[in-house]
Amino acid sequence: MTVSLLWTDMMIWGLILALLAWGRLIGRSAQVRKQWLQVFESKVAMVAALVLLIYVLIALLDSVHFAQNSQASQSFLDALFSHLAHSAERTYSAPFATVEYNRSMQILPNGEVAQLYLPLVHVDAGASVLNHSLLALGLGALIGMLLIAVHLWWRSRQHALDFKVYAGKVWRNQTRLPWRTAYIALLVIVLFFSWLYVLSFSYHVLGTDKVGGDVLYESLKSIRTGVLIGVLTTLVMLPVSLILGISAGLFKGWVDDVIQYLYTTLNSIPGVLLIAAAVLVMQVIMNNNPDWFSTTEERADVRLLFLILILGMTSWTGLCRLLRAETLKISQIEFVAAARAFGVSRFKIIGRHIMPNVMHIVLIAVVLDFSGLVLAEAVLSYVGVGVDPTMHSWGNMINQARLEMAREPMVWWSLFSAFFFMFILVLAANLFSDRVQQVLDPRGHK
Amino acid sequence: MQANQPVLEVKNLQVEVEQAALIQNISFEIQAGEIFALVGESGSGKSLTSLAIMRLLPEALQVTDGHILLNQQDLFSLPEHQMQKVRGKQVAMIFQEPMTSLNPVMKVGDQVAEVLRVHLHLSPKKARSRVVELFEEVGIPEADSRYDWYPHQLSGGQKQRVMIAMALACEPDLLIADEPTTALDVTIQAQVLQLLKQIRDARGLSILFITHDMGVVNEMADRVAVMKQGEIVEQAEKAHFFDSPQHPYTRKLLADAVPKRDYRTLKESRTLLQVSNLKVHFPIKKGLFQRTVGYVKAVDGVTLNIRKGQTLALVGESGSGKSTIGQAILKLVNATDGSVEFHDEQLPETDLTQLSERQMKPFRKKVQVIFQDPFSALNPRMTICEIIREGMNSLQVGPKGREAQNQRITQLLEQVGLLAEHKHRYPHEFSGGQRQRIGIARALAVEPQLIICDEPTSALDVSVRAQVLALLDDLQKEYQMSYLFITHDLSIIPAIAHHVAVMQRGKIVEQGEVEEVMGNPQHEYTQQLLNSAPKLVRDAL
Repeated sequence: MTVSLLWTDMMIWGLILALLAWGRLIGRSAQVRKQWLQVFESKVAMVAALVLLIYVLIALLDSVHFAQNSQASQSFLDALFSHLAHSAERTYSAPFATVEYNRSMQILPNGEVAQLYLPLVHVDAGASVLNHSLLALGLGALIGMLLIAVHLWWRSRQHALDFKVYAGKVWRNQTRLPWRTAYIALLVIVLFFSWLYVLSFSYHVLGTDKVGGDVLYESLKSIRTGVLIGVLTTLVMLPVSLILGISAGLFKGWVDDVIQYLYTTLNSIPGVLLIAAAVLVMQVIMNNNPDWFSTTEERADVRLLFLILILGMTSWTGLCRLLRAETLKISQIEFVAAARAFGVSRFKIIGRHIMPNVMHIVLIAVVLDFSGLVLAEAVLSYVGVGVDPTMHSWGNMINQARLEMAREPMVWWSLFSAFFFMFILVLAANLFSDRVQQVLDPRGHK
Repeated sequence: MQANQPVLEVKNLQVEVEQAALIQNISFEIQAGEIFALVGESGSGKSLTSLAIMRLLPEALQVTDGHILLNQQDLFSLPEHQMQKVRGKQVAMIFQEPMTSLNPVMKVGDQVAEVLRVHLHLSPKKARSRVVELFEEVGIPEADSRYDWYPHQLSGGQKQRVMIAMALACEPDLLIADEPTTALDVTIQAQVLQLLKQIRDARGLSILFITHDMGVVNEMADRVAVMKQGEIVEQAEKAHFFDSPQHPYTRKLLADAVPKRDYRTLKESRTLLQVSNLKVHFPIKKGLFQRTVGYVKAVDGVTLNIRKGQTLALVGESGSGKSTIGQAILKLVNATDGSVEFHDEQLPETDLTQLSERQMKPFRKKVQVIFQDPFSALNPRMTICEIIREGMNSLQVGPKGREAQNQRITQLLEQVGLLAEHKHRYPHEFSGGQRQRIGIARALAVEPQLIICDEPTSALDVSVRAQVLALLDDLQKEYQMSYLFITHDLSIIPAIAHHVAVMQRGKIVEQGEVEEVMGNPQHEYTQQLLNSAPKLVRDAL
């Protein structure tokens, strides 16, 4: 068994390491620590952060690929859900159904032809939903309690308090951060997932799609695509907007003119058109060079990477404009003049005086953009210029489900699942960014 | 209305925010035709009192006790829609900042006419002619054509006149003037104060005049009340107030406000910085290709001489180009012409304007700067320690190691009257005066010979101002430092300067020793400046 990382895997892990390092670095400042504690003092922010964390964890689980004896490479998530990956039915089936959704022509042993609902192959029709649910909930409660206990133990050690005393404080909600709320939310999430997981062994919990694939599995696999597009695009966009925005604001003159013309031009081209053109060009190149990729997975991955790049190229303008304006303002403030009077170089002025004072804007823009990008992926895949059709993504799920909306009776579960998972992610990101904005934006304070 | 009945009566007013009293036991009366001055330093609660009278307090604040009677009518018992009629019609208000009190996208005449139409239901035509009358009354020239101007086309003084016209539009009984001249230059201030007095005499209007400036109080008030930390500490007739102040706080305020007349003894001293024929012109660019169509001559041929260990005060009104001179010496803006020569024993005589940024570095430790606004002069994201260390590191001054630097920073902080434990705090934890001290410590850290003080005290209260000036004075005596002290405030000049230069429209109109210039001004503009200063200041100079 060998680990074989895709390009995007390496990028996301690199980003996580960079974020951790950055967190440690800025965590040294007492003011920054205080601000972040303030962010998490809100119950909503705490729950939203927890939800985001779960999504990121799933995406990371899905971002460690390893190849096993010349089979196609698998991720940890695939290994966990291998019973679903290889349990394709023939076609649509409703959640918890034991038979297919449509009747099929069947020749009975007596020679007659009949329209029948065929039974599903990978469903254990004898399994009691109630029994399994109870089992799942029990298991979930156990895991949840264990996690909470470990965390409580760690916190009580940090506070040098007795475990029981600290647990009592949490129970009465007397801690500074709303841990009680976080524990309840964690318990609910763990219970929900363990229920889905246990029942997925006996049923297609969220039904199957047109070619019989399990919708739950698809939805979970789509998390990686969504999170990746949201996070990595920001990574592409951020340096561009930071460098260009701050240079335009600080150096003014012709530098400012060039950058302004650049983003005005880019902004006036419809984004979807630009992305569509770029994706089509890339598709042609890929088709002409089929020997570049050894597997379809690699091919899909490169296409995703390219989509991230092009999305990044079209979405830096907004933040760049904000940063330019803010830098123009800050560079006129007297502490910058004082630094210049001390002979501090331009680059040090940017690093020490301007960057820290625009960081709140960057952070707010990044968290807000994240949800926008997740939604953009869905729209682009729907239009047909998004990720590779073989790749699991919410956009592809919606695109497939779109044709079934007109059916009677309706096939609603694909759309519902994609919508549900995406909605929770975007909602959590938005709620969290609201709180970040409230705390970090100096204009928000009275 | 009977003659002896007060127009406004405030009884035992108390305002609280979350159970903490912001102002309490405020009681005073204003008679018809009287100017009542409410004096105090920032945060003393004087503006809060005026907002309570208008019932315009921010939502978090609550009036918990007391009554306000306007013409015997209790304002707190009125429903909101009747209160709206009181505002504007019976009580009008003018604010400190004329730039932000007018709507920038509406013609000034229409803004005044709107008040007339809402409160007096005048027809548009009648309203217009009434506005023109009002404009003439408040002394706006060519009132008829100015009606159609927008706020940005008017000067600060004229905007304040428009505000006064708007306040007078409905012939109120009481005018609340909240620091109406603080943002204006002295000459304009004198005109606006004169105007307010004229209007009072002509209309028998009562004015509640809120200010921090004892000079203005002396000029305007009939009666004075002094506020400190939310309470009125002294209330008296003007003459009595200035002749025999009772409360120690009042005495201190008065002592700080009146300039001391101990002129500096002049010693022979060598020249440290020679500015010759300095010109700073900013191009005005227009059109697609940014062609230069003209120049703003911010500084136009200025010659100055700053001597070792002495202070040169540079006086002028806003826009006269005095700050630009400071920036040109520091090379924060580029000089168009002329020279700035720095004389130092160790360094060869050099013209600073000709140096590149790298060549300039050795001179940066010789010339430092202190800014006007203590709130924006310090980076809010850096600790005090980092702020002071920055210059030491950049210019390689003082000890090298981190520990040694920390010791030096402690020493500097103690020198400017702060504590060593302030080192690791952030600027927002300090008051204005303390921040200005931090700014001074930052400049001192590189051991300069000349500090350019760009209005360092104009954002501070009088008592804090006196402390900061005393600190600068002590430092000068200790280190033989020279100052270029840029200011618009004539009252502090005798206390700090050895020489003074008066600036108008980019040119120096008069310069010389302080006693000479202040005592016997030659140029017309200097005379005008001195005559515009409040009587309290003028008499002491």
